[in-house]
Amino acid sequence: MAENNDRQPTVGLFVTCLVDLFRPTVGFSAVKLIEQAGCNVEVPRAQTCCGQPAYNSGDQRNAKAIARQVIAAFESFDYIVAPSGSCAGMLKVHYPTLFADDAEWQARASAFADKVNELISFLCDIRGVTDVETEFEGTVTYHDSCAGLRELGVESQPRALLKSVAGLTLAEMKDADVCCGFGGTFCVKYPDISNAIAERKTADIAATGAATLLAGDLGCLMNMAGKLQRQNVSVSARHVAEVLAGMTDVPPIGEVS
Amino acid sequence: MSARDAIMSNIRRSLEARGSDAGRRAIVIARLDHPPRGVIPERGQLPPDERLALFCQIAEEASASIARVPSNDGIPEAVAVYLRDHNLPTEIRMGEDSLLAGLPWASKTQITIAHGPSDGSDAVSVSHAFAGVAETGTVVLISGSDNPTTLNFLPETHIVMLSAEDIAGDFETVWENIRRRYGKGDMPRTVNMITGPSRSADIEHTILLGAHGPKRLHVVIVG
Amino acid sequence: MEVTSPAFKDNARRALGDPQLQKAMGHVRTGFIDKRQQVADALPEFEQLRDSARDIKNHTLEHLDLYLEAYEEKVRGAGGEVHYAETSAEAREHILGICQRAGARIVTKGKSMVAEEIGLNDYLVANGIEPVETDLGEYIIQLRNEPPSHIIAPAVHLTKEQIEVDFRRAHAQLSPERDLSEPTSLLTEARGVLRERFLAADVGITGANFLVAETGTSVIVTNEGNGDLTQILPKVHIVIATIEKITPTLDDVSQILRVLARSATGQEMSVYTTFSTGPRRAEDPDGPREYHVVILDNGRSSMLGSKFHDMLRCIRCGACMNHCPVYQEVGGHSYGWVYPGPMGAVLTPSLVGIDAAGHLPNASTFCGRCESVCPMRIPLPKMMRHWREDEFERHLSPATTRWGLGFWAFFAKHSRIYRLGARLAIRILGKLGSGKGRFKKLLFAGGWTRHRDFPAPEGKTFQELWAERDRKS
Repeated sequence: MAENNDRQPTVGLFVTCLVDLFRPTVGFSAVKLIEQAGCNVEVPRAQTCCGQPAYNSGDQRNAKAIARQVIAAFESFDYIVAPSGSCAGMLKVHYPTLFADDAEWQARASAFADKVNELISFLCDIRGVTDVETEFEGTVTYHDSCAGLRELGVESQPRALLKSVAGLTLAEMKDADVCCGFGGTFCVKYPDISNAIAERKTADIAATGAATLLAGDLGCLMNMAGKLQRQNVSVSARHVAEVLAGMTDVPPIGEVS
Repeated sequence: MSARDAIMSNIRRSLEARGSDAGRRAIVIARLDHPPRGVIPERGQLPPDERLALFCQIAEEASASIARVPSNDGIPEAVAVYLRDHNLPTEIRMGEDSLLAGLPWASKTQITIAHGPSDGSDAVSVSHAFAGVAETGTVVLISGSDNPTTLNFLPETHIVMLSAEDIAGDFETVWENIRRRYGKGDMPRTVNMITGPSRSADIEHTILLGAHGPKRLHVVIVG
Repeated sequence: MEVTSPAFKDNARRALGDPQLQKAMGHVRTGFIDKRQQVADALPEFEQLRDSARDIKNHTLEHLDLYLEAYEEKVRGAGGEVHYAETSAEAREHILGICQRAGARIVTKGKSMVAEEIGLNDYLVANGIEPVETDLGEYIIQLRNEPPSHIIAPAVHLTKEQIEVDFRRAHAQLSPERDLSEPTSLLTEARGVLRERFLAADVGITGANFLVAETGTSVIVTNEGNGDLTQILPKVHIVIATIEKITPTLDDVSQILRVLARSATGQEMSVYTTFSTGPRRAEDPDGPREYHVVILDNGRSSMLGSKFHDMLRCIRCGACMNHCPVYQEVGGHSYGWVYPGPMGAVLTPSLVGIDAAGHLPNASTFCGRCESVCPMRIPLPKMMRHWREDEFERHLSPATTRWGLGFWAFFAKHSRIYRLGARLAIRILGKLGSGKGRFKKLLFAGGWTRHRDFPAPEGKTFQELWAERDRKS
């Protein structure tokens, strides 16, 4: 167990269900980056999901129930950090709106939300990290996941940190800030439309000539990686945290070593 | 209950408000009486020379053409030159605008003039603008027998005379001037704000001029 | 207009497979979006103006009854007549009454989404009156007997080849040898045909972008000038507009105008912005002799103060749909009624019911691009979510969806069971996928794997591995 240093803030890591289930490497990359930035990291066991599927489907009852659990499990930390713009957005932007009719939880949700950060934005904006001191050979391109971009303003930070990675070249794609077509349940409720949007995205990705696609949201990445592979386009996909943390010895998403 | 009553009462019910509420009424009366100006772009807030230059630049970007003459007397020739350059007939229609009427048309040009509103059979019309707006290269025209509104829309070529001193930096100044002329809360029947000739992009997004209104808008600026 | 929104998925599938539509929609992506960005960047005050416009509308809605009263008084004072209509049917009847009293046979129309909403054209035809759409895009779709597919560019879904076919069919009196291969020739032909109609019309009907309370003025914004020819040539001018078009003052209108054209077409100012107040006066040699305003409610007054209140700020610029990744793929007709794209997804259920229009607020990724470009800062995704809440409460969502979400929510609320279940499921999936790293087919994931591979998980959950790491240290 890490020693509790009074001068170091303690971060509660909100792993996110997709990272927990599909790609723990992203979680470990996040831990490494947060520790490198001078914080202790704890991972509350009583975490599952941020509640977005319920929330976006109009199931307010379950959304609130899940939110209360998350807030209770995390509110004692100095910061709450998630390697996902959409989950961080749910916690930071949407949780406070769930309890308009409940003064106690409204207050708790607001106090909690103040401490929530998406991972890359936490490193840059809160911890002042400017250089991740690692290397990655090759050309990458970066997709701006919608919630991170529009709810949390995450745009310049990943690019700034990628710039500090030795050997890495960033080739911007056209329409990097346009949706990839994932949209949570949207991609399975309206698969044909989602597919059309995803095809547009993979065309833009392929046009950059980059060997690797990066983004800050695993849902988007699984969607884009899955589409690239179905189309036999040889672009690998990783979460940006993996590259920044220098943890790229695991195969890219959906590939075997 | 009339439709009007039903709508009003539903609005009030939805807003949880009463029509008799003096506080609400006072707010509305105050705004209508003293319209607040809002955000005015810096762009048009320039000394007269620069305002004029900005007007010309933006109007040309909107596909209007510009000619400049030093004084009113130069207008007939400027119009004649334009008609010749575009192979247009030397017949124009205008309203009863006294400034336009008093110009040396006959002594300086071969142009014949018809007066009154257009019925669609005129090729060229000439109007005198009430104002210009530098912010967007817009001319402002007012209805009436001086400059009938049909002259702004029916002929294929519309020539507008504008005094440089009437070019305002922003729309709000124009409204102030209109209020001064017509009285607070009153308007002429029609105020046209026109920026360039008629256009449409409805066919494959291709911008084409002369959709229904004039194909050509020529602004002759005096001063 | 018939509501085909329940068939959204079928409409969309057809749209996705329609090469002409896909080609035409390409123009939306490049045309509107880039131009809007350029003009927004060129105006330093653009963001402040968005705030100002939003605040003006909010203030107006809070006092809508009083501004409506003030507006009406000014219209009457200028010699105009005001007719109130609660429903589409009442509005149609008012308009028909005015047309019949004027002995109208031909009516020209400026572009009006409200006129579409009330189904005016079919009603006039049924009553022996011929409506002629004069906006070029509206004219084209009228020839095709189609509804508009975009609120400001109604024919955006068509290619010039398609338009040529329609013109040859409809303008049979013109020479068959004529060349219509270029947009210019199509435009010239439409100009000629419609000029005759403008001059022949007995009544002209327009919408209104704004109804100004200060002066009793109706404002229309066009690039073609068709709205102007519609309203000044005939004996009678009818304005049809809904109550939320009321705007307090001329200065307020100027504020909103500064963001309207920029957001809609990427122009700084539309070619024609026209302010009309009443019928012709003694000093007017031209203009309509009668001026009527039909003010329609059709559900707006109930939206006030509700979860959908913010939707009443909409100025019908179309920026939201231009930027919507869903709209760009499926086009406007897929939405099945008058209003497409994000604003249609929020407004349509209010007007035709969530039962019929349920797909619309669901067919969104909530990417938020619409809200980010809306000049009136309308929180469109939030209101789409409110519709989803209504559907959920009324059990209108499909059973499989509810079941799947309920299943997931159960696990999300019971972390220990979740962890155990996850360990097992991920272990299995990991093993199954370890050969190729991904699945081409996966049970329960047919919607996903139809079009893309499904990446295999790493094989253990993060929580598992973290616990192992804890035990080691």
